[in-house]
Amino acid sequence: MATLVQAVRLALHYGEEHLGVTDVFGEDVGPPLGGVFTATQGLRTAWNSPLDERGIIGMAMGIAYAGGRPVAEIQFCDYGFNVIDLLKVAGNQYWAGAGQYPLPMVVMTPSGSGIRGSLYHSHSFESWASRLPGWKIVMPSNALDAYGLMLSAIEDPNPVLVLLPKALLRVRGEQRLPGEPDDENELKERIDAPVGEARTTWQPRWPKMEPYFVPIGKASTVREGDACTVISYGRTLPLAVQAADELATELGNRAEVIDLRSIFPYDWKCISQSVSKTGRLLIVNEDTEVTNFGEHLLRRVIEHHFYDLLVRPRLLAGKHVPGIGLNQVYEQNTVPQLRHIKQAMSEVILEQA
Amino acid sequence: MNSDPLTGDDAVAILPTLVYSGRESLPLEQCLTIHRLMVRARVMEERMIKMSKSGLGHFWIGGPGEEAFNVALGLQIRRGQGPRYDYLHLHYRNSALMLALGMPVIESIRQMAMTATDSHSLGRNFVGHFCKREWNVIPVTSVIEVQYAMAPGTALMQKRLPDSEGVTVVLGGEAGTAEGDFASCLIWSTLPGREVPVLIVVTNNGYGISTPACSVHSERHVVDRGIPFGVPGEVVDGNDPIRAWHAVERGLMHCRATRTPFFLEANVSRLFGHSSSSGALRDRTQEDPIERFERILLDEGVDRGHLDQMHEDAHTEVEQAVEQALNEPMPRPEDVERYTYAASRPEIDAVYPDDYTGLPN
Ligand SMILES: Cc1ncc(C[n+]2csc(CCOP(=O)(O)OP(=O)(O)O)c2C)c(N)n1
Repeated sequence: MATLVQAVRLALHYGEEHLGVTDVFGEDVGPPLGGVFTATQGLRTAWNSPLDERGIIGMAMGIAYAGGRPVAEIQFCDYGFNVIDLLKVAGNQYWAGAGQYPLPMVVMTPSGSGIRGSLYHSHSFESWASRLPGWKIVMPSNALDAYGLMLSAIEDPNPVLVLLPKALLRVRGEQRLPGEPDDENELKERIDAPVGEARTTWQPRWPKMEPYFVPIGKASTVREGDACTVISYGRTLPLAVQAADELATELGNRAEVIDLRSIFPYDWKCISQSVSKTGRLLIVNEDTEVTNFGEHLLRRVIEHHFYDLLVRPRLLAGKHVPGIGLNQVYEQNTVPQLRHIKQAMSEVILEQA
Repeated sequence: MNSDPLTGDDAVAILPTLVYSGRESLPLEQCLTIHRLMVRARVMEERMIKMSKSGLGHFWIGGPGEEAFNVALGLQIRRGQGPRYDYLHLHYRNSALMLALGMPVIESIRQMAMTATDSHSLGRNFVGHFCKREWNVIPVTSVIEVQYAMAPGTALMQKRLPDSEGVTVVLGGEAGTAEGDFASCLIWSTLPGREVPVLIVVTNNGYGISTPACSVHSERHVVDRGIPFGVPGEVVDGNDPIRAWHAVERGLMHCRATRTPFFLEANVSRLFGHSSSSGALRDRTQEDPIERFERILLDEGVDRGHLDQMHEDAHTEVEQAVEQALNEPMPRPEDVERYTYAASRPEIDAVYPDDYTGLPN
């Protein structure tokens, strides 16, 4: 099966061939590297930009104004902070001109911890991004969703931010992408650039991919249960699933795990129905906990489901510290790990109503 | 014009064909067209300053003092929609350019009056913050310099079109060039082998709000910053429409023909200070490009009466526009969320397939 990053690449290829993508660009995005995480290897329209995030976003906006369909990469979301006002402007252009200029642009950026990235390669971005009205923000946690959300991001006529969980980029999917060859070695041979000399003459042999759209704003319930609702996305999602599976065996209580997939718009129906059913809620993400996007979801749950809640709802998030230290003692104790998630989940499940 | 501008007579007059500024010249008829646009822009701006002071609008910012350069530029723009035409990434002082493109006065007045009929922003944005897609006018933001980061993008799309002469024009003040976005513009417009046709304009009025440029900038001319990038450029007296016309013509011709950038620095006046926040009072120490141009036209034998008539006509036109705009509907509460999102499709966006409708539910 394709890895998450291969799925992104295949989606961009499909986008170039069938959805009008005109430019895939950013720092080290073009040949020879094809992206520091290889997301853009072999793409026909991929090119290397100057090392200038503001220039990257400005360029994407300009291309989109003039009828192109750009996909721009910010190499790590940690470097998106110096461009936050331009992102804000990109989000307001359709509104500012009262509907004159839609801005069909995609920005993708690796987000979150999990690759021992220390202070400047471990940030999360979704809480910041959720404060950019006019944008749509998605964060897949598996290869198939990455493929389907990327295609939707490209098709959507608005700016869409695709946050890619760094820690999961090399994780293989459990479901085949439409068009993906059966044999994962064959896929690798066809679309992964070789290292060394061979790369200079290498050309990808793309499989014939098919369209597959995951609607923006649609969550996926990955475990059904009634012991509690767990909402997560990105790196912490598979951990939440694992914790839920382990607790199901150990306690016999099944948690309902929702992969939110879209930060904005989020799937309120899915959240609301699940919380109505379970009366217990745990939200898990790894962004810093003060003014965390999960707090917004808590607010809505409290406002709409106050009387449905059996126990106090909780948010498990990253600590409000300036960074994630390199020594793994830091990372393990700054952002939620399996043991933290399992602990929090069992508390929510077992608390006396 | 009804009567002959030289003599005031209805009789056919013998016009001098050319009006000179140094060695450069323009036909008199064209000078009169430029003059009329400059006056209309000025009268419109002065009326809007009044609106801001009398409660018929709030904040005012605009371009009095920049009319000569803006009209000269506006009249040479290839106006239309899409990359075959010129893209305009404007500053907030370009009302005279918009009038030169053919914008009716009332469009500005409506934005000042924040009416629902404001076609540029539905009563949302400050005056002078134009957006007009049919003329490739990208929404003006108050965020200084961001337009310079975007301009290479529209220019790249224009460069890709075969047989196209469309160019991108980006404008801003000199203080803003200290922002990184200005450097981005130079860098991204000159990627080796991928240079793009962008006319980089800096209108230099010598101030960023209250800070004199000379107190925070040590470069001799802003235009010198193009040198290391190989961007040719020139400094022009932007208060002289004849010189401005030819500088703009050279710049645009360069961009149209070579598909590479050109840099134009225009020295201009700022006649009412920065904005209404600084009082919008007339600054008599600044040269007035209209008065200066009128002296030249009078020297050429143009009749004072004709020039006065232009002012009178402009006042009538602007008053009518104000009267009309003030009777037009205002935005409604339900307009708040409108146009947050462009329409998508339910299989692409399950929550907002059309537009934003409040928090997801
Ligand atoms: C990024 C940013 N910083 C600060 C401001 C506040 N501000 C508005 S106009 C201005 C001065 C701009 O001067 P200049 O670029 O020379 O243009 P001018 O107003 O003189 O035409 C400042 C500091 C702003 N709007 N945007």
